Amino acid sequence: MSVVSRKEYTGVPRDRVENFNGNQLIYLGWDNHLLFASAFLLCASPETVFRDLVQNTVTPLLAADPDAEKIDWDTVTWLKGNQPWTPDWNGTLAANGIGHKALLRFKTPSLNTICG
Amino acid sequence: MDTPVNKKKLSLKEKYSYLTRDLAWEPSYQSKEDLFPYATYEGIKVHDWEKWEDPFRLTMDAYWKYQAEKERKFYAIIDAFAQNNGHLKITDARYLSALKIFLQAISPGEYAAHKGFARAGREFPGVGPQVACQMQAIDEIRHAQTQIHAMSNYNKFYSGFHAFADQRDRIWYTSVARSFFDDAMSAGPFEFMIAIGFSFEYVLTNLLFVPFMSGAAYNGDMSTVTFGFSAQSDEARHMTLGLECIKFMLEQDPANVPIVQKWIDKWFWRGFRVLGLVSTMMDYMLPKRVMSWREAWNIYGEENGGALFNDLARYGIRPPKGWADAGEAVDHMSHQFMLALYQWNFGTAFHTWIPSDEDMEWLSKKYPDTFDKYYRPRWEHIKKMDEAGTPFNNFGLAKLCQTCQLPTVFTEPGDPSTLCHRETEYKGETYQFCSDHCCDIFNEEPEKYIQAWLPMPALFQDPLNGDLEAWMKWVSLENGSDNGDYQGSHDQTSFQKWRAMTTSN
Repeated sequence: MSVVSRKEYTGVPRDRVENFNGNQLIYLGWDNHLLFASAFLLCASPETVFRDLVQNTVTPLLAADPDAEKIDWDTVTWLKGNQPWTPDWNGTLAANGIGHKALLRFKTPSLNTICG
Repeated sequence: MDTPVNKKKLSLKEKYSYLTRDLAWEPSYQSKEDLFPYATYEGIKVHDWEKWEDPFRLTMDAYWKYQAEKERKFYAIIDAFAQNNGHLKITDARYLSALKIFLQAISPGEYAAHKGFARAGREFPGVGPQVACQMQAIDEIRHAQTQIHAMSNYNKFYSGFHAFADQRDRIWYTSVARSFFDDAMSAGPFEFMIAIGFSFEYVLTNLLFVPFMSGAAYNGDMSTVTFGFSAQSDEARHMTLGLECIKFMLEQDPANVPIVQKWIDKWFWRGFRVLGLVSTMMDYMLPKRVMSWREAWNIYGEENGGALFNDLARYGIRPPKGWADAGEAVDHMSHQFMLALYQWNFGTAFHTWIPSDEDMEWLSKKYPDTFDKYYRPRWEHIKKMDEAGTPFNNFGLAKLCQTCQLPTVFTEPGDPSTLCHRETEYKGETYQFCSDHCCDIFNEEPEKYIQAWLPMPALFQDPLNGDLEAWMKWVSLENGSDNGDYQGSHDQTSFQKWRAMTTSN
């Protein structure tokens, strides 16, 4: 039973992708870097190139952490939906299979100044 | 002439029976099912409503008398507080952040509980719970009113009190409490009773009201202490009702036990998430602290809760599924929350601050296994940024949990350096969670929780479309006055100035 109810009941999701005017939500977290209390909520077009998302949107958000400038993006490892994943840096979010409300996490095992 | 016969006075028991149980009647031209359509669909079987024991045997006329007396005392003290500038007797204006959170998140919950009990009173077929729910509905609306009146005096002098209703509906950190009550109110009457009557009023209420009211007393806030006292005798009645209700369900039919257990698991965890706000208040926001959140949990959670679940074991009820994870989280949650509230304080209608060296000393003593290891380094870094003139603001908004609606700031059980992420898919849509328990609650009734209105994603939808300034207006947040660091705030400067006027020329 998907809901306890007196009769057939169908809910309508409030955060469907159609509600974001052509954009989608992406969640992105930097593992073990807890100066940032939670994964970031980003809103971007599915046609955004992955590299642009990281360089233009994510990098400025990370600046408060002293490890940020030492990130070697070529060697970080990624999780998508909590499973290992390798991005295509020149592909769009859509081409990378990054759906609406997907969670991306990246790991930088050698960097841990604040939360070591 | 006949000799006048003195009419025999009714005994208390008879009077109670006439004024409550005899209010019920057997329907003659409508079926019971049509009259009480919500009584059975949750699967709870009741064979005999007469077995419902009314714990207080309170009749409406007696109830009005007691409540009226309490109101008279309450408003006399509130008037005196206003006339004597009681607001200048608090320890420090930092204390007000705790009050603001209470007013924005918890007082509206009292109002929601009022609506819920009024509905439950109509939906239960038994007259015992009908009467009890009716009284509790009136209690709850009284609590909402007295709290709002008590705190309205602060609204004359300080920021952050002026738009609590908008903030209850729209701002991000209150949605944990709002969604808790919305969830309960949209459940059936029996689940509502387990959610509010049992889990909240019985298992968790001491962790909310005792720390909060002692915090008020320790910090010189007589108006809040007064509404605490005014509500206290009601709370005792509510706790008894909650316990009676669960025992009644468990005794009526063995098939009720697994349903009740599932609700206990769910509502304990939902309540525990709401208490995160209280933990932060206790450990960080009270200038003069009562006890740590950990100490409060040991007394009111572990000891009292443990005794309660031992008592319920004879019905086949075990402690809630999230109990052990909760016990572990207690050493982390206040720090995780305060760090979150601080970095997003451009979006809070209360002030936060970096704990002083002395505060950190206290935290380290109270949390010897976690504070220095995990949380002090983050505060030290934030302090360094502040001293360098570049205070830390996290302009990346937060991923929220689909169930509890809090930012997902919690760490993995057993690994305090990794954030806990859970994800599930339902009908092709992805949903994110803060914990196994919130994910489990969703998976039980996905069709309900997919409808959750999450405040941060809402910022990127019509009509706000990512405009932070428009968002502030929409949540009635006065930028530069309600929000931000306590250091340099209007609250800080006004309080210092007025307090100095009371002690010098």
